[in-house]
Amino acid sequence: MAFKGAIVVDIERCKGCSVCVVNCPTQTIALAKKVNSKGYPYSYMENPDNCTGCGNCATVCPDSVITVYRVKI
Amino acid sequence: MDVKDIIKPENLVYSKSKVLTDTIMHYCPGCSHGVVHKLLAEVIEEMGIQDKTIGVSPVGCAVFAYKYINIDWQQAAHGRAPALATATKRLYPDKYVVAYQGDGDLASIGTAEIMHACNRGENIVVIFINNAIYGMTGGQMAPTTLLGMKTATTPYGRRADLNGYPLKITELIAQLEGTCYVTRQSVQNPGSVRKTKKAIRKALENSAQKKGTSFVEIVSACNSNWKMTPVQANKWMEENMFPFYPLGDIKDR
Ligand SMILES: Cc1ncc(C[n+]2csc(CCOP(=O)(O)OP(=O)(O)O)c2C)c(N)n1
Ligand code: SF4
Ligand code: SF4
Ligand code: SF4
Ligand SMILES: [Mg+2]
Repeated sequence: MAFKGAIVVDIERCKGCSVCVVNCPTQTIALAKKVNSKGYPYSYMENPDNCTGCGNCATVCPDSVITVYRVKI
Repeated sequence: MDVKDIIKPENLVYSKSKVLTDTIMHYCPGCSHGVVHKLLAEVIEEMGIQDKTIGVSPVGCAVFAYKYINIDWQQAAHGRAPALATATKRLYPDKYVVAYQGDGDLASIGTAEIMHACNRGENIVVIFINNAIYGMTGGQMAPTTLLGMKTATTPYGRRADLNGYPLKITELIAQLEGTCYVTRQSVQNPGSVRKTKKAIRKALENSAQKKGTSFVEIVSACNSNWKMTPVQANKWMEENMFPFYPLGDIKDR
């Protein structure tokens, strides 16, 4: 069974720690060149086509920043 | 498939726990405390015990835990969380009582309180964040600091002849008759996070069954005081902390 996923990042809560980036098995996520109002570069889907909605990024995020969506394809 | 066709309520698989407040946590980026708070909130939500759980926050970086997890809380003097948790549980035997402590709090100034609470077998849960350092006060040596590890008070590295040996307090606690479940976990990757969540759930279930004290150590990273990035700190923890503080259940009965 194949899945397609997408994440939504609560930009203002993100602290740019990169823990989600290194734990994404599909290299979907990167830190943005821009920063939020606290000065942190925030995570975003750089390669949205890769996301499988596995939830690993949300599982490891210390600040509960990431919401995950997933569909069967 | 377009992203906007995926991001729909019916496709939601993970979102922030409703037991967490919307207050942004004061923790440094990548700090293990945040992950553990989230897991505790998720387990409380899944067990449906939000109005039945009382937390005791420590002195240390987690002092403000009461701002982030939406349950009843008390805040203990340094190291005294197990004593306050004991009183709370005895006054409210039907509540779930969770003492949340750091390694400076639990294994240094609070050694007497944790030993005796565990030896009495109080039906409480202890969550023990071992980041091998006094995080809040600027990175001084803790009893748990590894040999050779540089801290603000061991600038050339901890030496056994001068500073004594790192304390495996969790192994000592496992020796006590009053403890029913003693485990050591971590939260640096998805697999370890899931295991820690199971451990926290089991600990809470044990306290409802009046089996004694459940003690969950979480080997953690304090990237700020270790002077590393969050990702480097998690790697350093795997390479240096895990050989001395091996993960897994130490006691389960
Ligand atoms: C009676 C008393 N002594 C000392 C302090 C100073 N103090 C505050 S936090 C702390 C250590 C915290 O370290 P730890 O328990 O490991 O928590 P972390 O911040 O690493 O999570 C100390 C010594 C205090 N607040 N009260
Ligand atoms: S783990 Fe969370 S806080 Fe850290 S960069 Fe990713 S989304 Fe941001
Ligand atoms: S849900 Fe999985 S695949 Fe998608 S960004 Fe997160 S970790 Fe990567
Ligand atoms: S000082 Fe260390 S323990 Fe405290 S919030 Fe920062 S990383 Fe976490
Ligand atoms: Mg500490």
